[in-house]
Amino acid sequence: MPAKFNGLDKSTLAKWMDKIPSDLYVTCPYCKQSVYHQKLGPFQECPHCGYGFRLGAAARLKIVTDKFEAFDAELAVDPALVDDQYAEKLTKAKQHSGLPESVVTGMATIDSLQVAIGVMDSNFMMGSLGSATGEKLTRLFEEATRRRLPVVLYTASGGARMQEGLHSLMQMAKVTQAVTAHGEAGLCYLVVLTDPTTGGVTASFAMEADITLAEPHALIGFTGRRVIESTLHIKPPADFQRAETLLANGFVDDIVARSAQKATIVSLLKLSQGGA
Amino acid sequence: MSENAAYDIVQAARSQSKIDSYTLINGVFSDFHELHGDRLHGDDSALIGGVGRLNGRPVTILATNKGRDMAEGQATHFGCVSPDGYRKAIRLMKQSTKFNRPIVALINTPGAYPGVEAEYGGQGEAIARSIQTGLGQPVPYLSLIFGEAGSGGALALATGDEVWILEKSTYSVVSPEGYASILWRDGKLADQAAAKMKLTPSELLAAGFVDRVLPEVTTPETLSALTTQLDLKITALAKLPVAELMAARRQRYRQF
Repeated sequence: MPAKFNGLDKSTLAKWMDKIPSDLYVTCPYCKQSVYHQKLGPFQECPHCGYGFRLGAAARLKIVTDKFEAFDAELAVDPALVDDQYAEKLTKAKQHSGLPESVVTGMATIDSLQVAIGVMDSNFMMGSLGSATGEKLTRLFEEATRRRLPVVLYTASGGARMQEGLHSLMQMAKVTQAVTAHGEAGLCYLVVLTDPTTGGVTASFAMEADITLAEPHALIGFTGRRVIESTLHIKPPADFQRAETLLANGFVDDIVARSAQKATIVSLLKLSQGGA
Repeated sequence: MSENAAYDIVQAARSQSKIDSYTLINGVFSDFHELHGDRLHGDDSALIGGVGRLNGRPVTILATNKGRDMAEGQATHFGCVSPDGYRKAIRLMKQSTKFNRPIVALINTPGAYPGVEAEYGGQGEAIARSIQTGLGQPVPYLSLIFGEAGSGGALALATGDEVWILEKSTYSVVSPEGYASILWRDGKLADQAAAKMKLTPSELLAAGFVDRVLPEVTTPETLSALTTQLDLKITALAKLPVAELMAARRQRYRQF
């Protein structure tokens, strides 16, 4: 202990310590290095390894878009599908995320480009795919098809929402056919896979884009590590579901740091839809 | 549904005495030729693909396969399909359109194979494309669940114009064990989970997830009855103008 603290009684020291916010330093979940919070910068990137810390939808939209107008902002799950236990989860998720569902959708301007955009938020029940999530995404693709706009989608999800059973599973088919119709109209769908993108979201619209980008070190996969471990009694390699592994295996077009995403998205969309 | 009734159906769906995929295929279709491989990487025996005749009409047949004994079970991962299997299905679905062959998918799978190699091979991408390809083929497409149908691994083959189910079968987003372990942190509560999950044929029918519940298939007579029902439906679907067929399919999945 430094000399200047000598002679302090423990309770005074504890009072001083209490005044120091606990989140001044954060540990990068990927490289495990400790980072002074201001060093993460406006893009919330680890200065050591480039990992993008998890972002809420509002923060994400602020970074990526110049103007945003929400669709279906109040759309939420049909109460007929909600029992007491699920209702409690939903209430907590709303408080935690400030959102009524796990995805925010709407129209945005990125630089001067008009796009339809969706951003999933892992703060809402780990971004799970509920029927309202699927409905909002479906309407997003339908509206983009009507307005002849590209779709930009940021995925973040633990997968299907177990509480909704098959209603959740059916969203995979429902969103998929809206993606297909959008594509058949000659319109571009660009996805950015963020940490984490897993389960039923990976097994549907996350893997159906024309252009598939990922954030550095993002966890992307179908079956969760723990399920593989408990089913097969093996320990998968540390990085078997990281963005870099998917890139090497041919499932991702490119890995793009958050700070470079806006320019990359605009450029790729202009190259794809002959844009303005 | 009471705990026992639902969990009894779960156990019956998984039972060793369930009809196996090859017996079902050869009982329903004539002139069956198995067609192997995905033309990209390999051949997954957990997904049987081929062509045959349904009451004389050429059809494409896709079936998950749990295997008939321990050796086959190990080779097929007890019916858990890997990316190569889904990509074989995708290849044959596309071929159906070229030759205007209806598709019949037979499903009995706990779910997609949860392996490291499957992840490296793009399990998520393979399932996504199988869902997308199935929804998009302008030929009649019937999916029949004849045992367990678990999660995205089942949905990959269950995006037909109609989805049918045998009466001792289940369809769910996750196994009852998985549901209990995820939501209640106790996998042993599978029977309670089964009762809550609405995974039995009558509950699935009431919710519109399946369109028809059929009796179990165990004898030549019941196989023949199934053949008749499949043929009637495929014949009716084949008479529809393609635009109408596709619009009805879109509506079926848009409603959820």
